[in-house]
Amino acid sequence: MLKNITIGQYFPGNTIIHKLDPRIKILITLIFIIALFFVDSFTPYLFVIAFIFISIVLSKVPLKYILKGLKPLFIIILITFFINAILTPGKLIFNIGPISITEEGLRQATFMALRLVFLVVGTSLLTLTTSPIALTDGIEKLLNPFRKVGLPAHELAMMMTIALRFIPTLLEETDKIMKAQMARGADFESGNIMNRAKSLVPLLVPLFISAFRRADELAMAMEARCYRGGDNRTRMKVLSLEKRDYLSLGISLLMFAIIIFFRYFI
Amino acid sequence: MKIKIEGLNHIYSAGSPFEIKALDDVNLEIDKGEFVGLIGHTGSGKSTLVQHLNGLLKATSGKIFIGDTEITKKDIKLKTVRQKVGLVFQYPEHQLFEETIYKDIAFGPKNLGLKDEEVDERVKESMNLVGLDYNSVKDRSPFELSGGQRRRVAIAGVLAMKPEILILDEPTAGLDPRGRDEILGQIKSLYDKNSITIILVSHSMEDIAKLVNKLIVMHKGKVNMQGHPREIFKRVDELEKIGLGIPQITYLMRELSNRGKNIKSDVLTVDEAKNELLKYLRSNDNA
Repeated sequence: MLKNITIGQYFPGNTIIHKLDPRIKILITLIFIIALFFVDSFTPYLFVIAFIFISIVLSKVPLKYILKGLKPLFIIILITFFINAILTPGKLIFNIGPISITEEGLRQATFMALRLVFLVVGTSLLTLTTSPIALTDGIEKLLNPFRKVGLPAHELAMMMTIALRFIPTLLEETDKIMKAQMARGADFESGNIMNRAKSLVPLLVPLFISAFRRADELAMAMEARCYRGGDNRTRMKVLSLEKRDYLSLGISLLMFAIIIFFRYFI
Repeated sequence: MKIKIEGLNHIYSAGSPFEIKALDDVNLEIDKGEFVGLIGHTGSGKSTLVQHLNGLLKATSGKIFIGDTEITKKDIKLKTVRQKVGLVFQYPEHQLFEETIYKDIAFGPKNLGLKDEEVDERVKESMNLVGLDYNSVKDRSPFELSGGQRRRVAIAGVLAMKPEILILDEPTAGLDPRGRDEILGQIKSLYDKNSITIILVSHSMEDIAKLVNKLIVMHKGKVNMQGHPREIFKRVDELEKIGLGIPQITYLMRELSNRGKNIKSDVLTVDEAKNELLKYLRSNDNA
């Protein structure tokens, strides 16, 4: 059950997608997300599909891995689909009692569901091909200009690094505590909702305690190494843009332009 | 209860780039009432192996029998298996969660669906076994206690299930010498009084030598050696090759014997060594 979450799980590799500058990858993902919201007909979706498909192939991340990230969101996608299908007014196709399905509704629902799917696939591809450290490095660099208006870019990036860094640790910890309680006869999988919620107490209490303990220890370890935050820190890996970065940014801008073109000029 | 393991394999994250073969064709038999020591380098598969014994991990392939039940079958009731095979994890004090020690120890028996009186009885009994005073401690929060005491609460929580096989995964890790001796003493007396099977995972050759009557050595997911500790600790070179060793006192006696003194080199404990040395000194009349 805990193994289904791919967000924050880096899939190591040495492909062109992995090697792209994290700043560029974040920008491309942003462009991709924004572009998704401009898509309002099926032809531009072909470009989106082609774009994401080529990226996946280039990254050599198995498709199975990416689809696994969709699993936990399956219900949300379904709900989105149904709500859109039911609540959009328009030309009636058929109705069951008070529920009526319209042509516009179906169209809208398909769009929304596809949009969610691509949102998840696009962002998982980013986190799957970028190590958490590179990711936060990129975010920090991208946020740097906003420091002038008082945004603590470095601190934010450090918080994100730590959060990402602790996802697998906490998952492991959860797994361990779960097993320990199961060894004492705890049952996390059956019973009604109330019982299941109750059965989480033996899991959550120790998990919180250990999370606080870890936070304490980490703060101590950072202070022991004289960590004092932002200014004048140098880094081990200095980011630099290469030809492939400009090229891929160019391609995604082109995709964006095509989608805008379809939206407003056709 | 007899434990029998046939051709057990376990692969973590099969099919991903992080695939690790943790257990590689493990075959073992552990008889009822044996006190088994399980040693091996970090990552040798000890913890993975013991988690299979109460069904917390599913075997990739192979069979495990606890008594006459094959617990690797699909439709097996794991709750009954987990009652029979008690597993105390590493740093078990991290799993405590209740407001009072009483409630925490009662968690296991309550999950078994026992009556309140029976639960009461079992909590008392298991607190007694680990040397915690029922009346003065039962209503305190587990988080007020010292590390060693908390660990005892956690062990009591497993003992309260009355397992027929008890597995302890490094029960003394991170304890001070006194806490360590106390816990080991309690495990030993538990073994002597009740006729249960105990499996002790440990990195301390001294602890192993003092307690167990059968030793299993794991290396890279395989069973490397098994037998009586006295026999196994004779194979120093092989043990050192896989990152293990023998008790300090055994090293000492071996060295003395290598230097031509007429003493037994396969002693396991300080007491045995003392007797052996006294015997040697007296026989030579050079005391």
